[in-house]
Amino acid sequence: MVPTDLHYTKDHEWVRVVGDEATVGITAYAADQLGDIVFVELPDVGRALDQFATFGVVESVKAVSDLFAPLGGEVIETNPTLTGQPELVNSEPYEGGWMLRLRLADTSQLDGLLDATAYDALIAAG
Amino acid sequence: MTEAIEPTIHQTPLAEIHRELGARLIEFGGWLMPVQYGSILEEHRAVRERVGLFDLSHMGELHVDGPDAGAALAAALITNPPSLAVGRAHYSMICAPDGGIIDDLIVYRLAESGFLVVANAGNAATVSDTMAERLERHKAVLDDRSLATGLLAIQGPLAAGVLGPLTDVDLGALRYYAIADGAVAGIPALVARTGYTGEDGFEVFIDTGRTAQLWAILLTAVRSAGGLPVGLGARDTLRLEAGMPLYGNELDRHTNPYEAGLGRVVKLDKPADFVGRAALDRVARDGPARKLVGLTVDGRGIARHGHPVWVGDRRTGVVTSGTQSPTLGVPIAMAYVAPGDAEPGTVVDVEIRGARIPARVVPLPFYRRQA
Repeated sequence: MVPTDLHYTKDHEWVRVVGDEATVGITAYAADQLGDIVFVELPDVGRALDQFATFGVVESVKAVSDLFAPLGGEVIETNPTLTGQPELVNSEPYEGGWMLRLRLADTSQLDGLLDATAYDALIAAG
Repeated sequence: MTEAIEPTIHQTPLAEIHRELGARLIEFGGWLMPVQYGSILEEHRAVRERVGLFDLSHMGELHVDGPDAGAALAAALITNPPSLAVGRAHYSMICAPDGGIIDDLIVYRLAESGFLVVANAGNAATVSDTMAERLERHKAVLDDRSLATGLLAIQGPLAAGVLGPLTDVDLGALRYYAIADGAVAGIPALVARTGYTGEDGFEVFIDTGRTAQLWAILLTAVRSAGGLPVGLGARDTLRLEAGMPLYGNELDRHTNPYEAGLGRVVKLDKPADFVGRAALDRVARDGPARKLVGLTVDGRGIARHGHPVWVGDRRTGVVTSGTQSPTLGVPIAMAYVAPGDAEPGTVVDVEIRGARIPARVVPLPFYRRQA
């Protein structure tokens, strides 16, 4: 079971919402599918993202994948540790491997995301 | 309306074993192959620091036998196989009349009149057909034993220590690019000191039917030495660090050996005429139109296949392979650039997702093992 306090996208990002702020990362399933992550490219602080817009890329040894914003908002912080330790996305996808924090534009966009049960069903279906 | 014809995907004798080991399988060169068993980085490090075991049964094995086998190969390939002593091997290529590379090969001389040519999986059928045509007027017979032959590679600094106790081949006397007939774990085998990782190691050719048995024995020995089974993912990062070209990336039908920095492989001074000679003579005289170089990326980003390479506002070339080097910890790449931009130290930009990221031409290989 994936963490129940998070919401998820079909593209395997997670988001944790507290008030009008959100923290975003990718799920353990996504990190495992990508394999050893060696590079994460994140947006500049201050950038405004639309819901489901591309906000960066994550690269494993073999593959490059786009990252999508689960919710719209302004980037207020990115995880500085991932520059030197991108492998945190593999080892701690829901904690030390977080990618960015957003100030949300519209919390009702949460309705367009999956809860833990629905995301579990998605990955179980492969 | 025409019906789509499903191309056959070959499976090596180990496909089921790879699945049981938890490997992720992909189609490569017409074969279902393990890309990784666990972590590509761990598999890479196992080969650099200890030992790794590879299933390479997808490779093509073409035997050429007969009184004119050497002469026939000298006419078909850009190297001069008759110059090989029995039991020795060299790197070679088969080129088209225009000098374009059809495939890169290893040629082993197994006997006075017997050679083994190892081709890339995806090109094996083309190489087999092309060689058959080129051998027609010679007293030499081509026998494509690709499907009857299994190939396992054991690579890394501990490879000789792991393989030695299992074989009657004297590994101490088996030099780099040499091959010997013998047995491994009692299974008849050809044991060659060749590889594609930049480490010491061996490639073991056996019958398809004995491959699973040999894999099990070798894997036990490799694991006892702290090694791992290794998939194509780490094979690619290992060969890239070692500066070795991959057909389809650095080499193809529209590339000649001089562009790839492999002009020394072309034996223009051999007695035989050979396919591609006139075209390659011209390139040797005039110089190649572009050159393969190594790049390290100084900015943030990983150069990948297809990324454009710039010098100022001039597009000088394109990246052919790139990754984050597991051994060096920096992004490395190979690229074709204009000959004037090929000197080590030349500062270039790689265009990564629209951004120009600074990089630098460096000598190949990126990694060389300690002697």
